[in-house]
Amino acid sequence: MVPLNWYIILSAVIFMIGVAGFLIRRNLFIMLMSIELMLNAVNISLVAYSHYLQDMKGQIFVIFIITVAAAEAAIGLAIIVSLFRNKQKIHSDEIAEMRG
Amino acid sequence: MSKYTLIPLLPLIGFVITILFGKQFLKYKTHYVSILAVFGSFVMSVITFFEVAGGARINEDVLAWIFSGAFKVSFGLMIDPLTAIMLIVVTSVSLLVHIYSVGYMHGDTGYYRFFSYLNLFTFSMLMLVTANNLLQLYFGWEAVGLCSYFLIGYYINKKSAADAGKKAFIVNRFGDFGFALGVIMVFLYIGSINYADIFANINTLQGKTIAILGYDCQLVTVISLLLFCGAVGKSAQIPLHVWLADAMEGPTPVSALIHAATMVTAGVFMVARFNPLFDLSPVAMGVVAITGATTSLFAATIALVQNDIKRIIAYSTVSQLGYMFLACGVGAYGAGVFHLFTHAYFKALLFLCAGSVMHAMAGELDIQKMGGLRKFMPVTFATFFIASISIAGIPPLAGFFSKDEILWLAYNGGPVGKLVWVMGTIVAGLTAFYSFRIVYLAFFGKFRGSHEQQHHLHESPKSMTVPLMILAVGAICAGWIGIPELLGGNNWIGQTFFHDVFKHPHITASHAEEWMVIGVSVIVALGGIFVSTYFYFWNPELPKKVGAQYPGIYKVLWNKYYVDEFYDLVIVRPTFWIANKILVGFTDAKIIEGIVNGVPKLIGMFGDKLRKLQTGYVQHYAISMAIGLFVILAIVLISGLK
Repeated sequence: MVPLNWYIILSAVIFMIGVAGFLIRRNLFIMLMSIELMLNAVNISLVAYSHYLQDMKGQIFVIFIITVAAAEAAIGLAIIVSLFRNKQKIHSDEIAEMRG
Repeated sequence: MSKYTLIPLLPLIGFVITILFGKQFLKYKTHYVSILAVFGSFVMSVITFFEVAGGARINEDVLAWIFSGAFKVSFGLMIDPLTAIMLIVVTSVSLLVHIYSVGYMHGDTGYYRFFSYLNLFTFSMLMLVTANNLLQLYFGWEAVGLCSYFLIGYYINKKSAADAGKKAFIVNRFGDFGFALGVIMVFLYIGSINYADIFANINTLQGKTIAILGYDCQLVTVISLLLFCGAVGKSAQIPLHVWLADAMEGPTPVSALIHAATMVTAGVFMVARFNPLFDLSPVAMGVVAITGATTSLFAATIALVQNDIKRIIAYSTVSQLGYMFLACGVGAYGAGVFHLFTHAYFKALLFLCAGSVMHAMAGELDIQKMGGLRKFMPVTFATFFIASISIAGIPPLAGFFSKDEILWLAYNGGPVGKLVWVMGTIVAGLTAFYSFRIVYLAFFGKFRGSHEQQHHLHESPKSMTVPLMILAVGAICAGWIGIPELLGGNNWIGQTFFHDVFKHPHITASHAEEWMVIGVSVIVALGGIFVSTYFYFWNPELPKKVGAQYPGIYKVLWNKYYVDEFYDLVIVRPTFWIANKILVGFTDAKIIEGIVNGVPKLIGMFGDKLRKLQTGYVQHYAISMAIGLFVILAIVLISGLK
């Protein structure tokens, strides 16, 4: 039997990889992928706890999150595609239109 | 609501109708409404007068005004002999002024406005005299002040008129401030502002003292002097007399109204109304007497040398009001009010004659440029002449009886009385002199104005001359209600009419002395007329020589003792300095504008710094979110560990 803290550590590690990827990489696609990574890290911990606590609510939430993540990925990709069509840029440092 | 309510109500209705419908509908017919309103009020006043003379006394609350705990004020009516005679004065003079104005203001663009203000003025004064409590008196008091502002500044396009209106209002404010304090103190110490309660409890004030700046002052003296302060402002006594001469900027009928009936008499009326209070304080009485006598002498001397016909008459009013206060100050309230009554007629007459002269002279006011008007305007001349003998105090005209009554009672009034008697007698001579100076300069001799003016000379229309003639009757007969016993009369007004309102002063002097007082005043008046005749009729060149001989005195009198200049230096300029340098320059520019402009500027500055955070780089936002997340986590974990 795999103990709970292993799942938690795995979840934390994947989450940190996602955060680091989001912060360090400048390619919008990679950043979007990092966000997906963070979401899935959270999913792992939710499923783990759900199993540990014998409560199905956690797993129901995971299903929701996966649904939302799919929608979000679709919208995110659409935004990036249209951004690229307009600016021919995919590098986040080059896109700073909202500078105050 | 009894029929007496109509007396003040009718002019109010007239005012409302004329101000609402005057401009569009009534236009040059406005006077019908106004005159009808005042006429109704006059008829009611006459009826009331006879009822009061028959013994009726009215004191009733008409309309609840302020009900707050123990503090109850109503619009009320109190009609006693004092009010009754004031009603006659106010409504009769006002009615004649209204009629006169039809001719005088003919064709003026503000015709409806003028008549509605006249109605409001009359209403205010009637509220003042019929009040049965101090607050209503104060209401009327302020309302006449407001109306005087409207009417003095009636020619709104003329700067001097607007300034004079402001001056009247502001100078009155000084007096009214004291008056308001007096009213408050009466309420504080007596607990009511109804006349009936005040006079019933007036003796409780006696002997009480109040600490002012460390000195113990008699409460009655303090209250009386505060109330008198208001009278000084309203009745143009020293040191607040400066507004009255400038009030000449208004149309002449307004001057007549202000001087004879609706405004300046309010002070005398108020002092007479509060006679039980003033009687308790010998100090206050002394102050009233001396102020009155000094003002009287002071104004009479100024009137000697002025050339503006209306200004001379204005100073004559100040002087005559001084006479009335002199009378009140020696306890002869009845004589003071009697003089108020007779004065109203000859003074209104003098002013309306002056207006008639101005009308003929195309607005010219300088008597040095008149002359010989007798031939062109016989009615004006005759009536002006009657008014002049009346004010000079020649028997048997109205002015003689009231003036003589005052002088006689002053003579009886102890050392202060003797002093003011001497001053009053001198004033009688001066009054005769300056009144006849106008008569000779304006109506006798050769015409000294321009050719156009001479060509334009004409007698005024009927609507103006008829009121003059009616007033002339008043100037002759008004005094006959107070013929002293010595001269075969029964002094009806003093002995019978006022017997329960004023205490009749105690007479100690003998009949021989009374003859002496009468004799002296008549001789002095005749002397004044004689000197005037000598100077301005027989030797027209003499006045200039005399003036040249005493240039110092002449200059001081011509400049009215430099009181205006003094006030300008001591009050007006420092006030303007404070206004410009401190209020406008510092408080307004720095503090108010500093706050108003500073707050947005500060927010703008702050925002300017904050927007630097908004880099537009997604990573920057992300890292701040991450840092925030870690900080919050750290706090939760650390605090959770404890």
